[in-house]
Amino acid sequence: MLAYVAKRVTLAIIVIFTVIAAMFVMMHAVPGDPVRSALGPRASEAMIEAYRIKLGFDLPIWEQLLRYYGAILRGDLGQDVISGTPVLRVILSQLPDTLMLIAGAMSVAVIPGIYLGVVAASRRGGAFDRVSSVLAVSVMAVPSFVIAIYLLLIFSISLGWFPAIGAGEGVAGKLQRLVLPSIALGLAWIGYLSRILRASMLEVMAENHVRTARAFGISRRKIMHDYVLRIAILPTITVLGMGIGQMISGAVFAEIVFGRPGVGKLVYDAIANRNYPIVTGTVLVTTTFFVLIGLIADLLIAFLDPRVRNVITR
Amino acid sequence: MSSPAEPLAKTRRKAPKSALARLVSDPLGLAGLVLIVLTVSAALLADFALWDPAKLNPVNRFMAPTGLHWLGTDNLGRDLFSRVVHGARIALAISIGATALSLIVGLVLGILAGFGPRWLDSVLLLVMDAMNSIPTVMLALLLITYTGPSLWAVVLVVVLVNGPGYARITRTHVLALRSADFIEAERAIGARFPRIVFFHVLPNILGPLLILAAMDIPIVIGIEAGLSFLGMGVRPPTPSWGTILFDGFSYIRDSVWMVVAGGLPIVVTALGFTFLGEALRDTFDPKLAKR
Repeated sequence: MLAYVAKRVTLAIIVIFTVIAAMFVMMHAVPGDPVRSALGPRASEAMIEAYRIKLGFDLPIWEQLLRYYGAILRGDLGQDVISGTPVLRVILSQLPDTLMLIAGAMSVAVIPGIYLGVVAASRRGGAFDRVSSVLAVSVMAVPSFVIAIYLLLIFSISLGWFPAIGAGEGVAGKLQRLVLPSIALGLAWIGYLSRILRASMLEVMAENHVRTARAFGISRRKIMHDYVLRIAILPTITVLGMGIGQMISGAVFAEIVFGRPGVGKLVYDAIANRNYPIVTGTVLVTTTFFVLIGLIADLLIAFLDPRVRNVITR
Repeated sequence: MSSPAEPLAKTRRKAPKSALARLVSDPLGLAGLVLIVLTVSAALLADFALWDPAKLNPVNRFMAPTGLHWLGTDNLGRDLFSRVVHGARIALAISIGATALSLIVGLVLGILAGFGPRWLDSVLLLVMDAMNSIPTVMLALLLITYTGPSLWAVVLVVVLVNGPGYARITRTHVLALRSADFIEAERAIGARFPRIVFFHVLPNILGPLLILAAMDIPIVIGIEAGLSFLGMGVRPPTPSWGTILFDGFSYIRDSVWMVVAGGLPIVVTALGFTFLGEALRDTFDPKLAKR
């Protein structure tokens, strides 16, 4: 287990370092002065000079990259070119709202997704299975920002059931304003989860131990719950891990449509204001978050299912 | 995976019906086909729309659908139906063009990784992993911050987002094929690398890749519309579904028709290509369908 953890953690670190290098290359690939393209047109001359000294732009390129790594590892993602606040602090102040939205979307997706997947698998080929599978691919196909706008139009503007914009005050207000964006973001994941779970259940149902259990006359309900679902649920953890990361993309749109604070809104406004350090900083923080969630999901699976870690470390 | 060509050959033997007939006999395939034909004909016949998509008519702004303006008019009095059918051109051109380009990039990288030396394989895998670790919208926003919004920026984003996926599948197939007996035999009789790639590897992997590409088209349409919605894709006055939707969102309290006109075609094409992709996969690649 330890060998697997070490291997998986190393891989995650290498990936993050590669992403940082890729961002560094992008900054240099733009024609013109890399400092100016990194900080954007709004940066003051003093800021540009300070950044030039910090990264040592007269040094050879590999040394610049090392300094870039060094600054990021120290948590120094640069400064907001408008307010001068450290970028990391600005991002961390917006992150909780986005995380809350993602948590809301997950709670919309998980229970219906698991329910649909289990029922579809146990009635394979029946009407329920066919209808739910068409519904699943349909919600997966439609982009979340289209769903977000239609939800806003129907439930906020036409029916007036939910407030249209903002994050809300107090627990009740926050929850009320979380409903529509969470549905917009989570709807597609009902589809993903139910499909993955259905496929994985069917696979487990075909295995010998399930047939044996059936031969012993164990009730169908008990077989489905104790013998099938417990194993079949594992792949959904990987999917959930990826889902949380990918929801950051959807959150950008949900935050704009519903006027919520969060990292998506932050980066969108930063681009409009040409506040480039905020843009690169947010990309870096969200990517790290994405990689970490993937790492946690993989470790969790290895912890729950010894077969996985044995296959990988072998 | 033993040989990727196997399931294709098997279904062919079992069902002598033509591919199209089999596709249409699946209700999902038929629905997909109808929706796509609808979108494609809208794009092809866009020039026959009654109105010029850029013609301003401020007197008639925010009109509900009428006999003359089938989907109503927008905040500048432009005809929404005409903008939607012209938007279909942009959506289809970008999604098909960018998907084709990602497919080519993915094939080349996958073949390089599969046939190339071990270190190249590892480096390519790592770079692709890194690319896939950046959330799609964040990658797009970062790139467009540097390149500025344009149609080509959207294409670049799509290639960076989807290319690695095709490369991975190509690589897996190449690794499986590389040591297959018939490739060994080819090599033994002196076939060169290009011949092996074009006559043996490509025909074996193109089928599954094309099905995946069909299923990726709605995602690409979503990326184009999404970036245009954020003001970072196709520039106005070119009509894009994403910009129509954004204008509709900005004036959502004045008129619902702009949002309807911008969103509906995205839903229709996304469903069309997804349904078709599902049906194609079930028809031609039962092995994939099991997943």
